[in-house]
Amino acid sequence: MNGRLKQILNLNNSASAISSLTAILVGLLAGFIVLLLSNPSQALGGFGAILTGGVSDRKNMGQMLYFATPIIMTGLSVSFASRTGLFNIGASGQFIAGAYCAVLVSVRAPFLPGPSRWMAALLAAMIAGALWGLIPGALKAFGNVNEVISCIMMNYIGMYLVNFLITQTVFDSLKNQSMRVSGNGNLPKMGLDLLFREGNNVSSANFGIVIAILMAILLCILLEKTQFGYELKACGFNQAAAKYAGINERRSIILSMTIAGAMAGLGGALLYLAGSGKGIDVVDVLAAEGFNGIPVALLALNSPVGVIFSGLFIAYLTVGGFNMQLYSFAPQVIDIIIAIIIYFSAFALLLKNLLRQRALTGQEGEKS
Amino acid sequence: MDYVIEMLGITKKFPGIIANDNISLQLRKGEIHALLGENGAGKSTLMSVLFGMYQPDSGVIKKNSKEVCIDSPSDATRLGIGMVHQHFKLVHNFTVLENIMLGVEITRNGFLKMDDARKQVLEISQRYGLDIEPDALISDITVGMQQRTEILKMLYRKNEILIFDEPTAVLIPQEINELMNIMQGLAAEGKSILFITHKLNEIKAVANRCTVLRKGRYIGTVDVASVSKEELSEMMVGRKVSLTVDKPDKAPGGVIFEARDLVVKSRLTGKNVVDHVSFQVREGEIVCIAGIDGNGQRELVYALTGLAPPDTGVMMLDGADITRESIRGRDKHGMAHIPEDRHKHGLVLEYNLAYNLALQTYFKPRFQKRRFLRFDAIYQYAAALIERFDIRSGQGARTITRSMSGGNQQKAILAREIDRDPKLLIAVQPTRGLDVGAIEYIHQQLVEVRGSNKAVLLVSLELDEVMNVSDRILVIFEGRLVAELNPKETTQQDLGLYMAGSKGNLPAFSKEESSA
Ligand SMILES: Nc1ncnc2c1ncn2[C@@H]1O[C@H](COP(=O)(O)OP(=O)(O)OP(=O)(O)O)[C@@H](O)[C@H]1O
Ligand SMILES: [Mg+2]
Repeated sequence: MNGRLKQILNLNNSASAISSLTAILVGLLAGFIVLLLSNPSQALGGFGAILTGGVSDRKNMGQMLYFATPIIMTGLSVSFASRTGLFNIGASGQFIAGAYCAVLVSVRAPFLPGPSRWMAALLAAMIAGALWGLIPGALKAFGNVNEVISCIMMNYIGMYLVNFLITQTVFDSLKNQSMRVSGNGNLPKMGLDLLFREGNNVSSANFGIVIAILMAILLCILLEKTQFGYELKACGFNQAAAKYAGINERRSIILSMTIAGAMAGLGGALLYLAGSGKGIDVVDVLAAEGFNGIPVALLALNSPVGVIFSGLFIAYLTVGGFNMQLYSFAPQVIDIIIAIIIYFSAFALLLKNLLRQRALTGQEGEKS
Repeated sequence: MDYVIEMLGITKKFPGIIANDNISLQLRKGEIHALLGENGAGKSTLMSVLFGMYQPDSGVIKKNSKEVCIDSPSDATRLGIGMVHQHFKLVHNFTVLENIMLGVEITRNGFLKMDDARKQVLEISQRYGLDIEPDALISDITVGMQQRTEILKMLYRKNEILIFDEPTAVLIPQEINELMNIMQGLAAEGKSILFITHKLNEIKAVANRCTVLRKGRYIGTVDVASVSKEELSEMMVGRKVSLTVDKPDKAPGGVIFEARDLVVKSRLTGKNVVDHVSFQVREGEIVCIAGIDGNGQRELVYALTGLAPPDTGVMMLDGADITRESIRGRDKHGMAHIPEDRHKHGLVLEYNLAYNLALQTYFKPRFQKRRFLRFDAIYQYAAALIERFDIRSGQGARTITRSMSGGNQQKAILAREIDRDPKLLIAVQPTRGLDVGAIEYIHQQLVEVRGSNKAVLLVSLELDEVMNVSDRILVIFEGRLVAELNPKETTQQDLGLYMAGSKGNLPAFSKEESSA
């Protein structure tokens, strides 16, 4: 059992781990240069803050887990779809659809006893996200509609529909957001908040991160160990060969997008049921967590277990970014820095991947 | 004697295998130098080293007796070395002209000067008789023209040393003759040519000298005029190879497969590319569909195998109507398919060899339990096939298929399809790119399939193969079956005439005559 678990977790063979790390270093370097340009005197301090913020105390570590949870889920969503050769840029819409359904069930179904309330909420979120993924999947499979375009449209439909539905069902007009979830509507803390705290200051860490990690392992098993994963990957690598082998590519495309959607939808639930008092804002902005899934997946080379680490890394930068405010950097600048680090990392990785593919050394690839 | 290129003591290792083990090769100016060796002997690797795609672990390369360092294909281009790869390297959604210019574009103020390039390309193409359509997309043209594009690419870069890696494997006989003429013309102009092929006839026809490799080692270099084909093949394989097929006489049994009145219309023109084709294949019979490339064979095979169902017609396999069956459904009824294009359909190149060997059977109970793959069973099965079919690669079952030599990729597909024990095996160009030893083996396998009362439908452009292996030949011309021949009573010349459409003995042919 232990050996098998090791085998599963040992997906990132050393070559890809090294390339991910190099990419991150390049990203950090680029971020530092921008910091230097924007405010030379504070650059070193600010850079130190961003690097150490995530681990400076236990509360911050807890916050890191909290921020990592939703982007791990959207990262899983994006990476799972890419393994089937699909670009799921619709994680944002799937995320928000899931978030809304989760909040709706949690707020409006207080009659559900005990933990069954949040469980029902998670289930609802997954179904909603799955539906939001299924539609572009089906359009692609039956109408050959490019999934990127339909996903973007589903993002906007999702956002406006959720805004509208919130005002109709679970609206908190004072805050212009969805009503707060309370009690068993929220995910349990499982003592994580107390474990990760500073003095009396508890963090927002909760059971969500455990669910996210379990999902990553589940997807990994699905992809690497099952017949279904074999079919999905074959479609992703070479659709013509998959068809020749009698694999139903339509079914694979639809299922892949459905599962990807369910993951993003679950991510929405895990964020808004985290018990941090956050509500869904009724604003005309697409959920950023969905798009952040893209660099998370890129950085993880589309490996589900890798996504756990890249999600944590980006959350770590986010928490570090808050600490940078001490050095009088405006929040916007901090966002820019984080974005630069993320995108440079992802970009460097992409380049490296391309180079490696061309070298064709046959070293990489098979992971089980 | 001075050489234009000398490769001395070249060694190149890959994980688990020494692809080139201390190999030397000397190329004279103006000669055609053949490189012969079994599948996986290291020919492509050696040429890739010369072209700068791989760095050798040891050994030196000299050009005109001066040591040179070739770190990349652009270094090679600078030294006047060009290569046509075994699997072409063209950009499919670019035009022929764009592909030829790619990398050496002529620009003025940052804008492409297409007109100058076009003039030059057309001039070269005329001079060497390399017929192309400069504005056609690569994805729309035949492999023959793709290859001429690759050759033009080399000539446009003014290369003096030309490497051809199995250029004839993808060509039809007429095109092969054309290519031979072109190569001889180039050599006569003083260009030096390295020519990889498995076909001894071609070596005898055009090469001056021939270097033989076996399992990564250098065996020797011979003057082609002074050796026979048998000697060459023995040098290469290390044993005597029979160049003809031993086939016991056999009376065919009941009908296994029947196609009735199949019609496939072209998506573009609406014309019938497969035009009312009907035929039967019986137990214990190898039926060959012979024809010049592009006469509807591909569409016919797609219709038979379900890759692109026919517009009308009926197909019966072993008594069941499979016309509307899915691909998987046809497999279940006992159809196996060796596809024409091994990279497009035959293999998932990113998968390892074991995964590819299970590509058609991974869902069977022996390879999965409650939908979890049984890796031990998959790898065991792969090991057995690798052993039986002599599939050579660096890391056995775990080798990423992309890194395998072309011939061994083909063997993997053959192994997979033959071992499924099909009732009807549809084999399209099954021996393309295989060495003589492997061809001998595959032909034996086909004969064995026939011996066990199964049926084989062979689609081949190779006249030797058609004449040697099949029991019955159906000639396809412009989408119609125009003749049914007995190979024992037909000559190759005759077959050629039927294929060219100037003779026929089936109703479809007379129909054409009457309408003409
Ligand atoms: N990039 C690579 N990585 C790992 N192994 C490789 C790579 N390229 C080639 N090999 C291995 O080196 C050996 C020689 O391969 P090569 O392609 O040179 O053979 P070849 O003589 O051209 O054969 P064929 O006639 O089948 O084309 C093969 O066993 C192959 O598996
Ligand atoms: Mg080769």
